[in-house]
Amino acid sequence: MSSEPMIPLWEVFIRPRNGLHHKHVGSLHAADSEMAVQAARDVYTRREEGNSVWVVRAEDIVASDPSRSEENFDPAADKVYRHPSFYDIPDEVGHM
Amino acid sequence: MAGNNTQLVSMLVQIADDHLILGHRLSEWCGHAPMLEEDLSMPNMALDLIGQARQLYTLAAELEGGQRTEDDLAYLRSDREYRNCLLVEKGNVDFAHTMLKQFYFAAFMKPFWQQSLNSTHKAFAAIAGKAVKEISYHIRHCGEWIIRLGDGTEESAARTRAAVAELHPYTQELFWMDPRHRSLVTSGVIPDVSLIASDWQSTVDRVFREARLSVPDVEYPLSGGREGRHTEEFGLLLAELQYMQRTYPGAQW
Repeated sequence: MSSEPMIPLWEVFIRPRNGLHHKHVGSLHAADSEMAVQAARDVYTRREEGNSVWVVRAEDIVASDPSRSEENFDPAADKVYRHPSFYDIPDEVGHM
Repeated sequence: MAGNNTQLVSMLVQIADDHLILGHRLSEWCGHAPMLEEDLSMPNMALDLIGQARQLYTLAAELEGGQRTEDDLAYLRSDREYRNCLLVEKGNVDFAHTMLKQFYFAAFMKPFWQQSLNSTHKAFAAIAGKAVKEISYHIRHCGEWIIRLGDGTEESAARTRAAVAELHPYTQELFWMDPRHRSLVTSGVIPDVSLIASDWQSTVDRVFREARLSVPDVEYPLSGGREGRHTEEFGLLLAELQYMQRTYPGAQW
């Protein structure tokens, strides 16, 4: 429809189960927050994908600049000591 | 009890007919919605309605003794045997018209199902338990659209007012209590639909107030479906709905 550019874009986050966190699943168009939540329910939870929905106006998301990804993320590459992989964990502890 | 059983079958088929026909009308939007989001939302609601129809037809067929199946009831009756109200068979005009039609029906069915949760007929109460959740969402979704369309642009408001003018006269039929079903009310199987009118009215008033719509005075209410007298467009709907079963009887896939 030609009127679509007037309808804001929303990013949708779904929580699959209690205890898990919300995960980005896609986006949709809706006039306001109530209609966005309803559309998210209709579009993204038809197959029992979750029990909670968040919607955020796409324009409200602040993203890192892709042209700065080298300075942002490459410096972490050679710092393996930041991973907690050098501890001996007793078997009795089980999963951590 | 045998008499009561016949009445219950007839009542179940009447409610099932409302749901099948409204669901079919709504499914006609599939692929034609004004936006992608609604193209999923409307068939979602249509599937809720057809699912409810299936449960009701299945129960009716069981109570009848098994001579007919849910498919026989849904697909192989003639137009005069369908007892759906006229509101649900009204043809689609535009999105506002469809949202209003769904809203009117959902605002009736929600209190109907709520009161059926305590039905003395356990299988019927179980259907109510599932349906009441689905229909609550229909009220919310269609109600919010009506508020936005009625209080939206000049064009959306005009279309919504036109839908109210056309559909409102059909709403009174929802509250018509078939005398044959009286004893089902007395024995606590179904709610008295004539007593649902005030609940329906307050739902409509709340949404219309926000939508800046006025509730029209209806001079000549339109009805007939509950007695098998349908509109001309109902024949076309049935032709499409029944085509497959009539052409390939008993077809399975």
